[in-house]
Amino acid sequence: MALLTDLLNLDLSDSTEKIIAEYIWIGGSGMDLRSKARTLSGPVTDPSKLPKWNYDGSSTGQAPGEDSEVILYPQAIFKDPFRRGNNILVMCDCYTPAGEPIPTNKRHAAAKIFSNPAVSAEEPWYGIEQEYTLLQKDINWPLGWPVGGFPGPQGPYYCSIGADKSFGRDIVDSHYKACLYAGINISGINGEVMPGQWEFQVGPSVGISAGDQVWVARYLLERITEIAGVVVSFDPKPIPGDWNGAGAHTNYSTESMRKDGGFQVIVAAVEKLKLRHKEHIAAYGEGNERRLTGKHETADIHTFSWGVANRGASVRVGRETEQNGKGYFEDRRPASNMDPYVVTAMIADTTILWKP
Amino acid sequence: MSLLTDLLNLDLSDCTGKIIAEYIWVGGTGMDMRSKARTLPGPVDDPSKLPKWNFDGSSTGQATGDDSEVILCPQAIFRDPFRKGKNILVMCDCYAPTGEPIPSNKRSSAANIFSHPDVKAEEPWYGIEQEYTLLQKDINWPLGWPLGGYPGAQGPYYCATGAEKSYGRDIVDAHYKACLYAGVNIGGINAEVMPGQWEFQVGPSVGISAGDELWVARYILERITEIAGVVVSFDPKPVPGEWNGAGAHTNYSTKSMRSEGGYEVIKKAIEKLEARHGEHIAAYGEGNERRLTGRNETADINTFVWGVANRGASVRVGRDTEKEGKGYFEDRRPGSNMDPYVVTSKIAETTILWEPNLSNGE
Repeated sequence: MALLTDLLNLDLSDSTEKIIAEYIWIGGSGMDLRSKARTLSGPVTDPSKLPKWNYDGSSTGQAPGEDSEVILYPQAIFKDPFRRGNNILVMCDCYTPAGEPIPTNKRHAAAKIFSNPAVSAEEPWYGIEQEYTLLQKDINWPLGWPVGGFPGPQGPYYCSIGADKSFGRDIVDSHYKACLYAGINISGINGEVMPGQWEFQVGPSVGISAGDQVWVARYLLERITEIAGVVVSFDPKPIPGDWNGAGAHTNYSTESMRKDGGFQVIVAAVEKLKLRHKEHIAAYGEGNERRLTGKHETADIHTFSWGVANRGASVRVGRETEQNGKGYFEDRRPASNMDPYVVTAMIADTTILWKP
Repeated sequence: MSLLTDLLNLDLSDCTGKIIAEYIWVGGTGMDMRSKARTLPGPVDDPSKLPKWNFDGSSTGQATGDDSEVILCPQAIFRDPFRKGKNILVMCDCYAPTGEPIPSNKRSSAANIFSHPDVKAEEPWYGIEQEYTLLQKDINWPLGWPLGGYPGAQGPYYCATGAEKSYGRDIVDAHYKACLYAGVNIGGINAEVMPGQWEFQVGPSVGISAGDELWVARYILERITEIAGVVVSFDPKPVPGEWNGAGAHTNYSTKSMRSEGGYEVIKKAIEKLEARHGEHIAAYGEGNERRLTGRNETADINTFVWGVANRGASVRVGRDTEKEGKGYFEDRRPGSNMDPYVVTSKIAETTILWEPNLSNGE
């Protein structure tokens, strides 16, 4: 279909100043991404200069039919790797016509926490390790797995190469470049322990931008799997049994943790997380109890544990951080289907603002 | 899926200075290659300027779950033929957090041998002939072979052309160019005697770089077969019976062998290899006894034999070398699944450092 590709790749800058802006938002389930496009008269680089928009919330479970308008507020701009040129992707959040954030809008409350002076003074950094599983379309069985059966047990697949071990690399590699093109701070990718499962990392990102970047990275991923004819799943335990689940380990540090003496600040922060373990777990993704079993490099969901270089713990501190006396720690509890606005804000809230 | 191809081929240099570095290492079996990628702020051409990294060794049989970090030390940089631009491949070796090489790290002791002053002075050159077999995915039967049966007997396939004799050339030729692009010193390719089997040669490479280049060439090959939907096997005897095995003949010379009078040095070196035949064979690859039978252009695994132009020997010296009185020789014993760090350093150690009358010379 070379003719279609010619059209898709048209460089419009010779014929018009106009650009296309794809407005993206999170739908009513809290995990479904939605988007639609509009023409703008010229390039825009500042989200506050973009017009607000609206959509039919009754079609996404976000408003009743008789009062269906939901308002889209542009919050962050990224370059569009599909349309390229000066075209853009716009991450938005959702409000009622009265100006209130709708119930599914988790960004609004997160932005409040991040603009609290005590929090912004600590400049919280996040590195999020997003795991996901690729599934064969129509049968929803992992990519590369034999239909009606299972591959050989885990062992050969982590960071592997080869047609018998690695499934879907073209999706993963095109996603890597697309994210870099878009301006997302993607720091790496790797093949995961379960065949057909992959991970990308976004960060370090400061405050609210961590959530924006992870959501847009997820959007790019699902647009790319759409092209590839493959389904992406963020289910935290897609296959029951002796197959790893999918998480969204969240690495975190504050200014105090990154400075000399930071290790003590880290220990104090981890102690606070331990005290609020239940509240965090409740906010760390649906279905996480199927994943956090204490096996397959997870800690049991009911227990809070932490340790250096311990992948079976709820929170892991790297050897380098221990050795240097400062650095960051990794909260291994969030599931792949967590909302990064909720998780990043909650970690900042508990470790910086909350007092036991 | 040209849209995916458009994305895969994006030239990022217009929008960012960042590059992608694919860190490569050898996994816990000693033959499984692993890799993962990270973003760096700008181009790097000196391995010592690359950051160390780490991976989950409990997922590759290289560490336990409660102390799982294994450190990756960058050792050599190559250009990435898949991502192109300024993106790179980085060959690494593996260390415990305390700084000790982990047991599966064969590069570290090889590097020690190659930095020994006597070895360095001799500037050891290596040319490694890597043979391998292409297999059909899911059934693991050689590429081009009929399902449930066998092709006609060996004869027509060595260096052959034609759809009924040559299977997988697009993989082989893509690999050749990819290696040259990457900066691997690939010396040539040819189709082998068994249909579906091929060979590429890397060299001449000096010292430790022979191992680095061969491992990266293997990595590029398996990445290419992954794209092609074909499986690559380094098994030394993939099909039992009257079908050639796969080896990794290692051509070798030192400064003394390349200079006037070198032929005598070569003969002495070969005698030392003969004296340590058992130790070398033990380090020349698993399953080699299925291949070194004395038939199909091999020497029997229990016998050491050398000769000029003799392909049935353990060590072969070329006619050119004999005529000119200097040159190199070919150790034909290593299996295709040998570790080039082990083999290259062992040959250097035995021929340059080891003396037969030392009682601890094991």
